[in-house]
Amino acid sequence: MTRITIDPVTRLEGHGKIEIFLNEEGEVENVYFQVPELRGFEKFCEGRPVEELPSIVTKICGVCPGCHHMASGKAVDAVFGVTPPPTARKIRELFYMAHFVHSHIAHFYALAAPDFIVGPMAEPSKRNILGVIEKVGLDIGKEVIKQRRIAQEIQAMIGGHQTHVIMNTPGGVRKGITPEQRDDIVKKAEGFIGFGKFSMQLFKEAVLGNPEYLDIILNGPYNLTLHSMGLVDENNHVNFYDGKVRVVDTTGKELCKYEAPDYSNYIEEHVEPWSYLKFPYLKKIGWKGFVDGNDSGVYQATPLSRLNAADGMATPIAQQEYTEMYRILKGKPVHSTLAMHWARLIELIYAAEHCYELAIDPDITGSELRATLSHIIGEGVGIVEAQRGTLTHHYQTDEKGMVKKVNLIVGTTNNHAAICMSIKKAAQGLIKKNTPVTQGTLNMIEMAFRAYDPCFSCATHSLPGQMKMILNVHDEKGQLLQSVRRD
Amino acid sequence: MTTGDKPHPEKMKLAIYWGAACGGCCVSVLDTHEGLLDITAAAEPVFWPIALDTKYRDVEAMPDQYIDLTLFNGAIRNSENKHMAELLRRKSKILVAYGSCAHMGGIPGLANFFSKLEVINRVYDESESTKNPEKVHPDTHFTVREGELDIPEFYNEVYPLNKIVEVDYFIPGCPPQSSRLLEVFNAIVSGVPLPPKGSVIGALDKTNCDDCKRKKSDKKLVKRFYRPWEIEDDHETCFLEQGIICMGPATRGGCGVRCVEGNGPCRGCYGPPPGSSDPGAKMMSAIATMIDSNDPDEIDAIVDDIVDPAGLFYRFSLPLSILGKKLL
Repeated sequence: MTRITIDPVTRLEGHGKIEIFLNEEGEVENVYFQVPELRGFEKFCEGRPVEELPSIVTKICGVCPGCHHMASGKAVDAVFGVTPPPTARKIRELFYMAHFVHSHIAHFYALAAPDFIVGPMAEPSKRNILGVIEKVGLDIGKEVIKQRRIAQEIQAMIGGHQTHVIMNTPGGVRKGITPEQRDDIVKKAEGFIGFGKFSMQLFKEAVLGNPEYLDIILNGPYNLTLHSMGLVDENNHVNFYDGKVRVVDTTGKELCKYEAPDYSNYIEEHVEPWSYLKFPYLKKIGWKGFVDGNDSGVYQATPLSRLNAADGMATPIAQQEYTEMYRILKGKPVHSTLAMHWARLIELIYAAEHCYELAIDPDITGSELRATLSHIIGEGVGIVEAQRGTLTHHYQTDEKGMVKKVNLIVGTTNNHAAICMSIKKAAQGLIKKNTPVTQGTLNMIEMAFRAYDPCFSCATHSLPGQMKMILNVHDEKGQLLQSVRRD
Repeated sequence: MTTGDKPHPEKMKLAIYWGAACGGCCVSVLDTHEGLLDITAAAEPVFWPIALDTKYRDVEAMPDQYIDLTLFNGAIRNSENKHMAELLRRKSKILVAYGSCAHMGGIPGLANFFSKLEVINRVYDESESTKNPEKVHPDTHFTVREGELDIPEFYNEVYPLNKIVEVDYFIPGCPPQSSRLLEVFNAIVSGVPLPPKGSVIGALDKTNCDDCKRKKSDKKLVKRFYRPWEIEDDHETCFLEQGIICMGPATRGGCGVRCVEGNGPCRGCYGPPPGSSDPGAKMMSAIATMIDSNDPDEIDAIVDDIVDPAGLFYRFSLPLSILGKKLL
């Protein structure tokens, strides 16, 4: 058996590694995507006072700390059996929209755009954010940096810390928003809406206007037929902060819709001995292995699956774009992995519009920031949509609110099996017998998991460059047959 | 910050690496914004996995002491972290423990309250959503149908960087303030004499209380301690004087008192202040002076109000502390 090792794929917390095994025919036999890291937050949160958890769990990820802070804040509210007053809830959600704006801008321009604006087969040295800027112009490049920074400024203003946010307290938030801050946020949110529309236009011209790219989206070796998961509001519209988790099958039929406390009736996790990261699946179907199709228990929790699982968007411009995407892609649900980028831009517009809605809401400058706490119920589940998938925090405490048990299913983990399968499918489609593996091959395989914006690579968001890769092809004796390097 | 170019001969060679970390330290480097351009104007990043080719083989091929400055963030949690710490120590003239995890073990260091097996069992066997009747655990070396697969060994405890290799300087914080990083970097580049090896740099030589704008009276005396949600913080009086435990007296200044300005009490990410090596010991002495009682029973009752003192006083520093590993 010949082995191809892509090591490391990218960086975050140790490294991810792809092992591709070729059979005697020189075709892809199997692919393993390994996550070599574990820190054990589930265990060491035990014994802590539950009110401390929102500020401990942000340290799971320094790139998307706000998601953990929100899921944790909601789980803690549930432990105390309280609902934050309207002002507190809206402040949290306003923060969260800025968190999405920042992350989705960074992902689209730094990671996705190089493949589509510059081109999947372009020179590797041009296939990065600088190449994007070269193509679209420096003014737009500056605007990207500016808008992302403004989103960060809103987070720092509301969140209490520029990275590891501390705003949530049981039943509410620690700090309100002044009218002056509100006026500032309103202006900034208007800018986000304009920038979201602009980004969508850019995507349409560069990608949909290019038959080659459109063909890759529609027909590339990237299509997995899996179930779709996402949080929805009472109208079955996409919601990032609150609602019920809805899962639709590969044909779009609703499989289940559950409230946060019921998550363990619907989701189970499988363990493989070759990776520290677990593999969630739909409990009612069961773990059937790394297979797609309607009988598989594997699901996706991505921007695209959120749109697939919902009936629409809650804001007007995002809703227009939602309708248009499904019209152009001819039906719903969409299973093309690369359409995740399109979905992410629709979500960017939603986050911008909703940020504005919340900022002009009279409640936002209210003074009632905390619910009255009475007794401790002792168990709570908080679910939000992280940028990279549905995020579940489940806490159990004693009667004093000291933590006894913690269970976490984080955004990217939901997609672990799907990412493995996407990489395998891309490798199978691209690595052919007696054909040298090229830089383009490397990038096309990389595009399979880049679409997920996986959290173990999310630290690459802000940098001018794409992931650096080494792909070694060894024979069964370990002799190096071919080495492809992309700097 | 071009990639793939040969290092510029006159430029300082810079490496940035992470062990068991969240990525927040690397974000703090990026959050220098335009300052990042100053860094890359003065220094050539030769190894920085989020920006450059991450191949470890290239680092191994460098002559010893080839790298002028390495910023190592993250704790040592597994065999890969340890291997990279040893490798980078050998290759670096100056090795800096960057951020709370490398400095003191950080939040992942709280795992030292438990054994490796307790962590593994919780995650893979006991978790409410995991179905694992055969109790499969990740294996450092595993044979699949197609061949062998390896992953690093998960250690029984978390170590700060200086328990594994000699560290030249410590830059504290979770994450360090970007402006402080720039100060340190500019000092190193300008060639000013550096403080003695083993020093904490990029922070203040006073406590966080000295830097805090909340109102303080001379007398800090309390009859009881509260959990933050048990009372209404007035948003202006010293947390400790309101009876809310704040790690300010046991914490080095330098963060800009960010959490307190967000109405959250300090949790000590900048580590103990000058003259103190153990935040818990420092905090206990601060608390002892605050208790408004001479009655031993009443004193006990007041101290009992403090929940999870070990997890609070050593929130970021358990692996470095006098407690070390699972003694509680």
